[in-house]
Amino acid sequence: MCLAIPGKVIAIHEGEDVLFRKGKVSFSGITREVSLCMVPEAALGDYVLVHVGVAIGIVNEEEAKQIFSYLEQMGDLEELL
Amino acid sequence: MKYISEYRDPQLVKKYLHELYRVTTRPWTLMEICGGQTHSLVKNGLLDMLPPQINMVHGPGCPVCVTSVSVLDEALWLAQQPDVIFCSFGDMLRVPGSSQSLLHAKAAGADVRILYSPLEAVQLAIDNPTKEVVFFAVGFETTAPANALSVVQAAARGVSNYSILASHVLVPPAMEAILGDPDNVIDGFLAAGHVCTIMGTTEYDPIALKYKVPIVVTGFEPADLLQGILMTVSQLEKGTYRVENQYARMVAREGNAMAMKAIHEVFDVSNRMWRGIGTIPDSGYEVKDAYKQYNARLKFNIHLPVREEDPDCISGDIMRGHKKPVQCPAFGGRCRPEHPLGAPMVSSEGACAAYYQYKSSV
Ligand code: SF4
Repeated sequence: MCLAIPGKVIAIHEGEDVLFRKGKVSFSGITREVSLCMVPEAALGDYVLVHVGVAIGIVNEEEAKQIFSYLEQMGDLEELL
Repeated sequence: MKYISEYRDPQLVKKYLHELYRVTTRPWTLMEICGGQTHSLVKNGLLDMLPPQINMVHGPGCPVCVTSVSVLDEALWLAQQPDVIFCSFGDMLRVPGSSQSLLHAKAAGADVRILYSPLEAVQLAIDNPTKEVVFFAVGFETTAPANALSVVQAAARGVSNYSILASHVLVPPAMEAILGDPDNVIDGFLAAGHVCTIMGTTEYDPIALKYKVPIVVTGFEPADLLQGILMTVSQLEKGTYRVENQYARMVAREGNAMAMKAIHEVFDVSNRMWRGIGTIPDSGYEVKDAYKQYNARLKFNIHLPVREEDPDCISGDIMRGHKKPVQCPAFGGRCRPEHPLGAPMVSSEGACAAYYQYKSSV
């Protein structure tokens, strides 16, 4: 139950106060209302990581590529040995 | 998203495995903390692909599995009070308390509802002003911000018929309890990615240093897990013990400041009893005095006798890494997902249920 799922922010309602900032998030077509209070910088079109109805982080697409650079490092390593 | 599929890339998996076979020279025992990781390791057959020297043991990181029998009894008691709507995440319903489960209580007429989010429970309280709505606030650090937010939102809206039964558990003190055990067998840890999305990674630095264990914050996809295992084993083979972050795409070193603020607004750190393990000091969250009208324990003045789980269940040994589910005499016999004796057989993230469902060799 601790898994968090990434989805795309497709609408934002600012609400009366940051506490109630929420939005609609699409998880490959299924839409849910999600609190955006903990990701104040999340904007339309961003991917957020959602856990039990609350976005807990923004998914950084750049960092996702790190895994591949790590692989390259390993390749280099193999050549050196 | 495009890169999600890349993390399932079999080529990537092969490459990590190849590298893992190359670097591993000695036996090592690694523990993955999180039940989501256990589930992924077993489901994807990764345990059978690892070099034979690598022994993966399955940690206490499933909130369903570690919520104590006594707290379940409190939940059952609350669900049976007149005019209470008792709300819970679905996975908690089948967990046996000392006499029955929430599902039994629901079948017997208690108003027990499965919700996806604690924020829905606040709305339910607003919609049902003559009822008391109680949310079963279980979970690790990942879930604590949402549960805290429900209390803060209820307070901001002046909702007085909402409260939570808090049974939060924290990862670092559990790791210390396992490492501090004189019979500890763990050489290295995969820390739980989503817990660290909230809390960051700095609280693991002193643990790595004190117990000289590498700790690698790891994600949930097969390639994530293999990379995390590879990073841990590489450290062990080199004799280093640092905190590393395999899951940097989701985890920042400093965590999520807003989420931690919500936690500290509502909760104090408290002692917590873990099912199968016992009480671990400072390993849980309890509702702060400032929000005591949202603490169901105080609001309903619950005082129940402390109970223990079924004596045949060896879940404590499993969660400390001493035994595997198949070594439990009840596994697959007296204890099955349809008739769980202990909590790790209930949740799909529990080690016993994962072994029962996916391990063909048992
Ligand atoms: S198989 Fe059942 S009884 Fe045995 S440890 Fe697992 S949950 Fe407990």
